[in-house]
Amino acid sequence: MAGSSSSTAETLDPARFRNGTDYSRGFMFYNGLTWLDGNLTPQPELATKWSTTDGSDWTFTLRKGVTFHDGRPFTSADVVFSIKRHNDPQTASRARSYTSSITDVVADGEHAVKITLSEPNYDLPVIFGTFNLLIVPADTTDFDAGIGTGPYKVESFEPGVRSLAKRNDAYWKEGKQFVDTIEFFGLPEESSRLNALRAGEIHLTTGINPRSSRLIKMSKNVELFVTKSGTYSDVIMQKTDPVIGSDDFALGIKYMLQRKTIQSSIYRDFASLGNDQPIAPTMKYYDASIPQRAYDPDKAKFHLKKAGVIGSSVPLVASAGVGNTLDMALIMQQSAKEIGLEIDVKRVPVDGYWSNVWMKVPFGFGTITQRPTADMIFSLCYASDGAYNSSRWKNDKFDQMLKAARVETDEEKRGAIYSDMQQLVRDEAGSGIPVFFSNIDARASSLKGLEPIPTGNMMGYAFAENVWIDQ
Amino acid sequence: MIRLILKRLVLGVLTLWLVATLVFLVSGALPGDAAASLLGQDATPATLAALRAQMGLDQPEFIRYWTWLGGILHGNFGISLANGQPVAQVIATRLPNSLMLAGLSALVAIPVSLVLGIASAMKPNSVFDRLTTLLSIIALSTPSFLIATLFVLVLSVWTGWFPALSSVDRVHSLGGLFQVMTLPVLALSLSVIGQMARMTRAILLQQMNEPYVETAVLKGSSGLRAAVLHALPNVAGPIVNASALSLNALISGVVFVEVIFAYPGLTKLMVDSVSNRDLPLMQACALIFCAGFLILVLIADIIAILTNPKLRTA
Repeated sequence: MAGSSSSTAETLDPARFRNGTDYSRGFMFYNGLTWLDGNLTPQPELATKWSTTDGSDWTFTLRKGVTFHDGRPFTSADVVFSIKRHNDPQTASRARSYTSSITDVVADGEHAVKITLSEPNYDLPVIFGTFNLLIVPADTTDFDAGIGTGPYKVESFEPGVRSLAKRNDAYWKEGKQFVDTIEFFGLPEESSRLNALRAGEIHLTTGINPRSSRLIKMSKNVELFVTKSGTYSDVIMQKTDPVIGSDDFALGIKYMLQRKTIQSSIYRDFASLGNDQPIAPTMKYYDASIPQRAYDPDKAKFHLKKAGVIGSSVPLVASAGVGNTLDMALIMQQSAKEIGLEIDVKRVPVDGYWSNVWMKVPFGFGTITQRPTADMIFSLCYASDGAYNSSRWKNDKFDQMLKAARVETDEEKRGAIYSDMQQLVRDEAGSGIPVFFSNIDARASSLKGLEPIPTGNMMGYAFAENVWIDQ
Repeated sequence: MIRLILKRLVLGVLTLWLVATLVFLVSGALPGDAAASLLGQDATPATLAALRAQMGLDQPEFIRYWTWLGGILHGNFGISLANGQPVAQVIATRLPNSLMLAGLSALVAIPVSLVLGIASAMKPNSVFDRLTTLLSIIALSTPSFLIATLFVLVLSVWTGWFPALSSVDRVHSLGGLFQVMTLPVLALSLSVIGQMARMTRAILLQQMNEPYVETAVLKGSSGLRAAVLHALPNVAGPIVNASALSLNALISGVVFVEVIFAYPGLTKLMVDSVSNRDLPLMQACALIFCAGFLILVLIADIIAILTNPKLRTA
């Protein structure tokens, strides 16, 4: 099995997992309290059931008879430790933004925990199904041994080189773990990954560019595995900039996006059309009744003229290493030229992009991977204080609706609020979302058992216990 | 001779120190630091500050430099910021792989290029010479990653003769080693062979036109004897010197081979360390590459002195 990245920064500490390579290993060695199925609904895993009265006070009942790889029994102390460590700055957890509302976690006997939140959140079981919140044994300080409750045990792990996993014979789940060992290494070169797959040296690989899909379809014994997702690259127009920040500029650019061209020529139709709001058609609460914005040069020109930029030149920052955003920038440059706007595409290297360019330049690109719930994506990217509010959009009405939806227990009312929020973001926020692209993997035809889960590639990276090889 | 080697060693240590200091200064100018790169999109001010303190990045630059230099003098390369393992340990797993790849490639490249170079110099403008020149130039001017990818496509994907990936970790026998090393060694040595054969030919050809070689031939020496025993010793110095430069590419210029064949060597480690802003690891790699280069040049100089009596007294 070959992942698409390789770095000495790879880790077996769930709190520091940062890419598909880490996530894939995570689901080999650990379990979460819940797991997210193909509809992103949380299902029982290490927690057998959960309940809440008001969304703030939660009780999770834990599975009995589960042991860690080193033989220790799994108890509530492990859950308390695994959750609490995310809120300790020393852990440098990447899940901090999800867990910051957790004020307390206490054991309720050996096999139950009580969790208190500072504000109601009915999505808590979903959060516990995400990569960074996998459960580790209490008081772990060195994570390189990868001691968890998961289907495979660490045989060897060398960051940036490879990991070897062996079946955990004491696993609590029945009818899983079909393969004996899983060797996982990163191959950053896509052509190397495909060659290794075609030569029969690996069974599964990931991060396939849509351009390579034709080659794979022509190859014998190799097949595509496509997962529709809500991952997108957006054009960011920061509201704080005097020129870029005007409402007319944002609307003009949104009308100028040639979504169909981007969908077919960049993504070879492995993408669905976006409507400048982050809830993808595959996600719960997606409102299909909101009219799809289409390419309209006249309206684009009208708004851009009102924004006072026709005839002038605006810089747009793009990087060839960030998704396919450079190609998008070039398509935008062409359509802008036709209506009299000069877009000056500034190319920057991907190195240091996320810390120094993203969210710092007024007119640029970002990539947001699918989040499991509408609340997560809205709070992260569009709430006024959202950590990834890259267009610096502040809207009190939106913030109020976000809070109202979080505590709304009536599904229908909750859906209605989310519809209004989608409309609001589509019309007023400073981000253009042209398409949602699919996750593309490639597998040997003999490898079976993969089912799409939209949180990521290869079954939301949880392929390990689910795949088998047909002889 | 011993004085020369000693002098070179002192200069070498000085060069290493300069390189290390430069790497330190330049890495400070790179955007972002190890903490920011580790946390990426998910960085919050509190986690960033905590991680920086853990890594010692909150110290002033001068103090960090001083601590690091002190560590080196005690043989301690520090802790990798990216994964918390000791740098020496990380390097120890990769260095033997790099040395093996470079060694095997040199073992292939040196004899082949010398034979090709000498043979073409003996019969300039012959069909053999022209063919060698043409192939050398093709090998030299084709980007190495393309050569490597073509090799994989033909010798692995289509024919299945060799594995597409070089998982040296899994090799337990000599035959297995041959299997996994053939493609990377071929890909790596081709351009070096091209370069060295061209240089050997050019340098030797110049000598072949000298009167003393002509005299040797007139005295009845065969062409091969005149070239190898008469002309070659006189140009061994320049050839070895030029070769040292080409061979250096086998150590530090092989990132494409490591990436394409998933070969766990030093250059990929260095690229990782730069993108992770992992300064201790970056420093150690830079020092090793620099030391490798200095050692090659030193060996070349010693061979030049041994083959040239005029230099021995210096």
